[in-house]
Amino acid sequence: MYIIIIGGGRVGYYLGKALLDEGHEILIIEKNAAFCNIITEEMGSVCICGDGCEAATLEEVGTGRADMLVAVTGDDEDNLVACQVAKYKFKVPRTIARIRNPQNEHIFKTLGIDVTVSATNIILEVIEKEVPTHPLTHLLTLSDKDMEIVEVRIPPKAVTIGKSIKDLSIPAGSKLALIIPKDHNPHLPTPRTILREGDQIVVLTTPETEKNLRTALTGI
Amino acid sequence: MKVLIMGCGRVGAQLAGLLDAESYKVTVLDISASSFRRLEHTFGGTALVGNGIDEEMLRRAGIEETDIFVALTQGDNRNVMAAQIAKHIFKVPRVICRIYDPLRQELYDTLGLEAFSPTTIFAQLVKEKIES
Repeated sequence: MYIIIIGGGRVGYYLGKALLDEGHEILIIEKNAAFCNIITEEMGSVCICGDGCEAATLEEVGTGRADMLVAVTGDDEDNLVACQVAKYKFKVPRTIARIRNPQNEHIFKTLGIDVTVSATNIILEVIEKEVPTHPLTHLLTLSDKDMEIVEVRIPPKAVTIGKSIKDLSIPAGSKLALIIPKDHNPHLPTPRTILREGDQIVVLTTPETEKNLRTALTGI
Repeated sequence: MKVLIMGCGRVGAQLAGLLDAESYKVTVLDISASSFRRLEHTFGGTALVGNGIDEEMLRRAGIEETDIFVALTQGDNRNVMAAQIAKHIFKVPRVICRIYDPLRQELYDTLGLEAFSPTTIFAQLVKEKIES
């Protein structure tokens, strides 16, 4: 694949290296000449000095035949514009933007960017997974369907322990897929299944109903 | 009519003064408080310190009740992003955006933003002066 990377800072540098190792054709566009020299010295001629938001620069590097453009500068607005120019002027099939402000995720989506990556959100997700007391963990996001798969763990002293699933007000749109009890084999939930402490429940849900789901299952 | 101007540089401050004098309700947003020194002493609108590409900040600046949003910072990309947030997220009825780079201005114009390039306009103006 031909992948264009906008921004040759730390993220762009290591991303470029990793993609080169995987055998992709890459090109890094970086404004700062000193950064460009470092990249060229270490990786060969895969970097040009210029503004990746400028259509003229993108034209020069053959953006029209790029399979993907990844914008990883430190400024959200620059990443947005680079992706939009690539997408709307050069018809690049896939654009990925790094975002610093997690709030911008839905804005970028509305404005046509295919994928956003927020370091803040990634670190948050890792914390959620690593901190066992947190009752709800994101396992997978199905962004094209606006749904997600989460895991809810029933904490000790949850008010729902001993209740059967039919007595809980599980929000519409959330589907309980699997129950993994602490010491038993996983089983499929039925309306009569009774919740026990330490149960891990895998649920298909939407980001909007996530909070209600957690409350329904754990009382928290 | 409520107007929200992002960027209190020379153009932003002057526009704020002109509209304020004509009884528009003007709010000016700038990332740096020192920019507000450019506003006239008679300016009766609101001056707010904040980042215009932050959705929360725009909400606090009253963008939900704004009739006209004008993006006039020094950064083309900041203007483009703020204008698109105003238009597509907050559905502000009229959004005007300054883009110095003529190529970028052309692209966003075709994408439906009311964008002006001072570069193009001024070059044209000077050319006309020379020819007249």
